[in-house]
Amino acid sequence: MRVNFTVNGRPQEADDVWEGESLLYVLRERMGLPGSKNACEQGECGSCTVRLDGLPVCACLVAAGQVEGRDVVTVEGLADFAKQRAEHGGCGPSGSAGTDGTSDPTGSATCGTSLQGAQRWQAKGTDSQTGEGGDLSPIQQAFIDAGAVQCGFCTPGLLVTADEMLERNPSPSDADIREALSGNLCRCTGYEKILDAVRLAAARQSEEV
Amino acid sequence: MATTGTPTDITQGSRTRGGIGESTLRPDGTLKVTGEFAYSSDMWHEDMLWGHTLRSTVAHAEIRSIDTAEALATPGVYAVLTYDDLPTDVKRYGLEFQDTPVLAHGKVRHHGEPVAIVAADHPETARRAAAKIRIDYADLPVVTDEASATAEGAPLVHEHRDDHHADHVSHPNIVHRQPIVRGDAAGAAERADVIVSGEYVFGMQDQAFLGPESGLAVPGEDGGVDLYVATQWLHSDLRQIAPVLGLPEDKVRMTLSGVGGAFGGREDLSMQIHACLLALRTGKPVKIVYNRFESFFGHVHRHPAKLWYEHGATRDGKLTHMKCRIVLDGGAYASASPAVVGNASSLSVGPYVVEDVDIEALALYTNNPPCGAMRGFGAVQACFAYEAQMDKLAAELGMDPVEFRRLNAMEQGTLLPTGQRVDSPAPVAELLRRVKARPMPPERQWLAAGEAADVRALPGGLSNTTHGEGVVRGVGYAVGIKNVGFSEGFDDYSTARVRMEVINGEPVATVHTAMAEVGQGGVTVHAQIARTELGVAQVTIQPADTRVGSAGSTSASRQTYVTGGAVKNTCEHVREKVLEMGRVKFGTYHPAWATAELLLESGKVVTDGGEVLADLVDVLEGESVDLELEWRHRPTQAFDLRTGQGNGHVQYSFAAHRAVVEVDTELGLVKVVELAVAQDVGKALNPLSVLGQIQGGTTQGLGVAVMEEILVDPKTAKVRNPSFTDYLIPTILDTPTIPVDVLELADEHAPYGLRGIGEAPTLSSTPAVLAAIRNATGLELNRTPVRPEHLTGT
Repeated sequence: MRVNFTVNGRPQEADDVWEGESLLYVLRERMGLPGSKNACEQGECGSCTVRLDGLPVCACLVAAGQVEGRDVVTVEGLADFAKQRAEHGGCGPSGSAGTDGTSDPTGSATCGTSLQGAQRWQAKGTDSQTGEGGDLSPIQQAFIDAGAVQCGFCTPGLLVTADEMLERNPSPSDADIREALSGNLCRCTGYEKILDAVRLAAARQSEEV
Repeated sequence: MATTGTPTDITQGSRTRGGIGESTLRPDGTLKVTGEFAYSSDMWHEDMLWGHTLRSTVAHAEIRSIDTAEALATPGVYAVLTYDDLPTDVKRYGLEFQDTPVLAHGKVRHHGEPVAIVAADHPETARRAAAKIRIDYADLPVVTDEASATAEGAPLVHEHRDDHHADHVSHPNIVHRQPIVRGDAAGAAERADVIVSGEYVFGMQDQAFLGPESGLAVPGEDGGVDLYVATQWLHSDLRQIAPVLGLPEDKVRMTLSGVGGAFGGREDLSMQIHACLLALRTGKPVKIVYNRFESFFGHVHRHPAKLWYEHGATRDGKLTHMKCRIVLDGGAYASASPAVVGNASSLSVGPYVVEDVDIEALALYTNNPPCGAMRGFGAVQACFAYEAQMDKLAAELGMDPVEFRRLNAMEQGTLLPTGQRVDSPAPVAELLRRVKARPMPPERQWLAAGEAADVRALPGGLSNTTHGEGVVRGVGYAVGIKNVGFSEGFDDYSTARVRMEVINGEPVATVHTAMAEVGQGGVTVHAQIARTELGVAQVTIQPADTRVGSAGSTSASRQTYVTGGAVKNTCEHVREKVLEMGRVKFGTYHPAWATAELLLESGKVVTDGGEVLADLVDVLEGESVDLELEWRHRPTQAFDLRTGQGNGHVQYSFAAHRAVVEVDTELGLVKVVELAVAQDVGKALNPLSVLGQIQGGTTQGLGVAVMEEILVDPKTAKVRNPSFTDYLIPTILDTPTIPVDVLELADEHAPYGLRGIGEAPTLSSTPAVLAAIRNATGLELNRTPVRPEHLTGT
């Protein structure tokens, strides 16, 4: 079958997709976007987390056909996505956002990216061959600075999850961070440096406001 | 531009930035956070096929027939290979014994053993074709523990052993046995005022690295093959792969692709030979990626163990003797079992002074899944048992458990049971003092002032199973000793190639090793060492491959020591050559050129007083220095097969933990509140990476304390939980805050005084958590992991 959807702001078309393929397989093997990782393909580890119409999901549990006409952001588009969000006014502190963890997929949530917003989003070109060309998003930079990256296999999924959480909840408590990241397994770090990185990104974010 | 020769610039403290001791950032960090770092499962090649492995559905069976016709006839399938298709007479491989079949022949010995491999144009096509292969199995009885494996008439896992341990074991189902006898344990026992004994059980832990086994084999025009793979030791893989393919080693060109964690689970081969066979057979590139289910069968696990210990002590708290018997289940193939036995036995006393010991450790062949290397390597199981014993002894004597340990703690100069003297700092008592002195985490943290309980801080968390009722706190301590590097006389060397030249008007060093970067940060440290030794800001780290000599394994906490040592050594030789070039060019300008104490710092040749003699750019000017050298640490000896005596180890590493837990006694749920660590690292080459290693190792120890275990059906020897749904590793909610106290007591024998650090925190973490749970509940708890039913008696 053919599947049309938007990936990191660009309309994409995948041909000859077998009905049993996951969004993760299509991204990794058909679109040349291997950043979303294949650690369990059971929805248990969060390594393949992407944003589907703004919501974080495990791409391994989304059938390719389900994304027809929808909008996907992967770790490869995270820096651009964060930049656009910053340019169009980020999510300010709000009384209701943060701890309830709910989000309205119709885009009426007070915080986060609406479906319409996501669909209007366009990526700026980066040279994805060299890893140069785009600045990093605050959460990506914080992961490097805090030493939250070791083998790095869990990193893309954690970044997408943490970025979405900070969008909803710009000043999270440690309990909030742990709750938000509880679906992302890491085997190397013991999570301490990951917590440091999210705290660092939140602190830098609040300095900018 | 030539240097005038007269000193122009007195630079004070011009230490090159980014050298050792600084927390420089990972060179691969940016690629890893943007998703562009190429892991082994990300490899792609035009026209590539997908490989799939068919694995046995039974643990022990005769293979009567294999019918591949239907699989071969499937559209999109390019090859189906079995044992009969292997190209040479070399059909087995292995780390220590060549006992592992590339593809099963005649019989299968464990659940999930590879029997056939398929290449097809889509992974699902390959999977479905493999499912059409018909194998006629005739079940054989299984052996699953010591009693069944050594019983009269027990089926032999390997009928024809030809390995170097075959002649000295008492039964063919014993892989290797290492006794250690020193002093007179029976006589010393008579001096004991108290004697405690216990039987301990350690469950089967999995490395559970996140990046599944994967890689890409590309056939070459010369009949060779290029293999891009995630491994811990390229040259060890190469040594095992090339003979099976019938190729000389220089025609199997291996390149390390991104490794998503290892922890011992990538020491043995997985898909390497299979991918090469399929690529050479089809003439097309072949990619193999295990899914998580298959990954549980694709690598060895940590040996489950049964341990019997007896200790005695005098009334005033001094240990008199120790007797122990450690039985490790090696599963169907030897893997690293012999070395694990050597480690378990030689470190079975722990970091304590006990002069009279009677020790026995052995590994079995069974039909359980093969077990081999995992972080801690035999010392982990022993530490779990001897630390439980220390608590029992302290309780028996009415002493504080930390005080009792400190009374018996080893120091520099202590003799190990092998007769080897510990000739570097051994700050065991100090590490314990530090974790004990740390302030306790506040009680009842779920009760913020005047608010309802935050269940996220309670055992059970958001399951909302308690608001504090039935919850009790406990505190436990443990300390351990781990050897660093390969032991028992192994030639444990590494190789580094370093080039120094001027590029774009700047001096640049290029470092090339075959070291597997598995996440530990070796690449960061190599650049730091080169900056420190060569005084350059710019260091390029070449990808690891087999075009440079062996770096040995990224395991045994050895890589910063041994390959770091190799990089340091090669840099020192490069520096000498550069200084020689300087002397030839500029030696007449300044008398200091004739002295030996010249350094390279911040792009300049300087005296040890900091006086600048020349710019590196001018010294090198159009020339380059390029050296590849091997480097070795002090040699070790084998342990005597009868007495266990011998200077078997290179170095030791020590860590201590204090665990604070809260237990919901009604449901048997455990929340670890804090896991504090103190560790001596000798010298922290990169303090940030050191913390990451210590916290990560601690968390793996926590996992096997409360949740991680591969469950094998004792009747069928089949694995019951090969998934992340049923094999649980700690999430960020299960992992407490891990404060770390780092000591830096230099080991004068090691480069920069450093110690290998990766494994020590994995040892004492588990027994500390167990001790804390015992302290909270008053239960004996002699097995790990602890599950809710063990705490509720249900």
